[in-house]
Amino acid sequence: MIVAEQKPIKEVWEMVKDYEKVLVIGCKGCVTVCNVGGAKEVGVLASLLRIAANKNGKTMEVGEATLERQCDPEYIEEVRDIIGEYDAVVSIACGVGPQFLSERYPQSRIFPGLNTKFMGGAIEHGVWSERCAGCGTCVVHYFGGLCPIARCSKSLLNGPCGGSSGGKCEISKEVDCIWDLIVRKLMEQGRLDELRQFRPPKDWTTARDGGPRTMIREELVK
Amino acid sequence: MSEYKSGSNLEKVLKAGHFAFTGECGPPQGANVEKLKEKAQHLKGMVDAVNVTDNQTAVVRMSSWAASLILLQEGLEPNFQMVCRDRNRLAIQSDILGVYSHGIRNMLCLSGDHQKFGNHPQAKNVYDIDSMQLIHAVKTMRDEGVFLNGEKIDVPPRLFIGAACNPFADPFEFRVYRLAKKIDAGADFIQTQCIYNMDKFREFMKRVVDMGLHEKCYILAGVTPMKSIGMARYMAKQVPGMDVPDSLIKRLQGAGKGKVAEEGIKFALEQIEEFKEMEGVAGVHLMAIEWEHRVPEIAERAGMLPRPKL
Repeated sequence: MIVAEQKPIKEVWEMVKDYEKVLVIGCKGCVTVCNVGGAKEVGVLASLLRIAANKNGKTMEVGEATLERQCDPEYIEEVRDIIGEYDAVVSIACGVGPQFLSERYPQSRIFPGLNTKFMGGAIEHGVWSERCAGCGTCVVHYFGGLCPIARCSKSLLNGPCGGSSGGKCEISKEVDCIWDLIVRKLMEQGRLDELRQFRPPKDWTTARDGGPRTMIREELVK
Repeated sequence: MSEYKSGSNLEKVLKAGHFAFTGECGPPQGANVEKLKEKAQHLKGMVDAVNVTDNQTAVVRMSSWAASLILLQEGLEPNFQMVCRDRNRLAIQSDILGVYSHGIRNMLCLSGDHQKFGNHPQAKNVYDIDSMQLIHAVKTMRDEGVFLNGEKIDVPPRLFIGAACNPFADPFEFRVYRLAKKIDAGADFIQTQCIYNMDKFREFMKRVVDMGLHEKCYILAGVTPMKSIGMARYMAKQVPGMDVPDSLIKRLQGAGKGKVAEEGIKFALEQIEEFKEMEGVAGVHLMAIEWEHRVPEIAERAGMLPRPKL
């Protein structure tokens, strides 16, 4: 899933403090799963904005809505009847949400309520970890199913650098060295020889480096 | 403190009010130093400074700083080009210190063509900072004496800061504001994209003058003589942000067999004559691509010789 975090309430308040009618829109997709952008969080943010308005002596009416998904024009349509009533909109979806809303409702002022972090998953309750960099050409099978592009600080493809120490990355003792994990796993499986193979420079054209990406499935295009 | 920002020849020529004339030299696709020196000899004494391109069109060549040093040894003044595509802010700043230490005094700050256009399209691009931020970084390093992180520099590099401007890219309405932004960021001089659409350039310069930008920065008009009809068509169709009017292509076609190159030069000379009189234009940047040996003739016929010695 796409993992995001809430922007500090102060930052959101600064964005919308001069508007009288503000609509907070959540998303029932990834951000509901990682507890930052679902119906519950819409309610919390709306309350925080009302409190901030009160404290600052401002009149602010805060509306609430939560869409099935903000990455789908069909669901973005759901707020068409109400969005025009608001001076400002705070989207608490990943970065796709505020953009789909801005594209669909060009007259509205749309603000992002979240910081989008990465593609990953929950490794324990309340802890999320990055797994995928979206490079467009998956190669995890070469590395014991662990991705060094997303998880090595230098995206190295030919083994751990000289900074790997005690299973940790040189940038922080809090960060695992993914190459340490890859090597150990392949040793256990008796496949260490595979890691001795030279991995040539990666073709980054399928990643963001090739320019903004679009995917077309001809059979699905009406 | 010197009256100059960098003390480069180009800066002196412009500051003295002369109509500047700069050239361009692409480094070799290899370590062919002799070829580079030969190109350089054609330009010697013909121009005030020579732009040394940095992996232009994203094709790997001898590094622009190394080729700049060779030009310097050959007695030419380089205008060291740097693109943001291939370096992060660490490499950018250390290369700036390096070129300055070796006597380079002009630098042109560019974003760089996307690697898609070049011969290593699989490459990862950097774009850690953009051309606007690069201009600002060079200025901050020079005038404040600090790195991007605010730390003090032990002997700051003093460079004459150049930037590019393409009046023919879209949206036209924003181009003059982007130029203004580059000047605010720290550009001392501007070299424009190759100009072919004179009507549009006149309109652009009018806006520049209306905003007073020509008083804050030296603007050099970009000129590239057309060598052939094929080149004109290629520029018109394949090069992003290039505006080649049909009328020019027709004019070249009308020149007749064996006379197209001469017609291309004639058009360039007419342009230069007009730029000399055009309000806000401080000089011409002649990009005679792989045509360095024709530069002496063009310089002579354009009335650019001899170049001022300051």
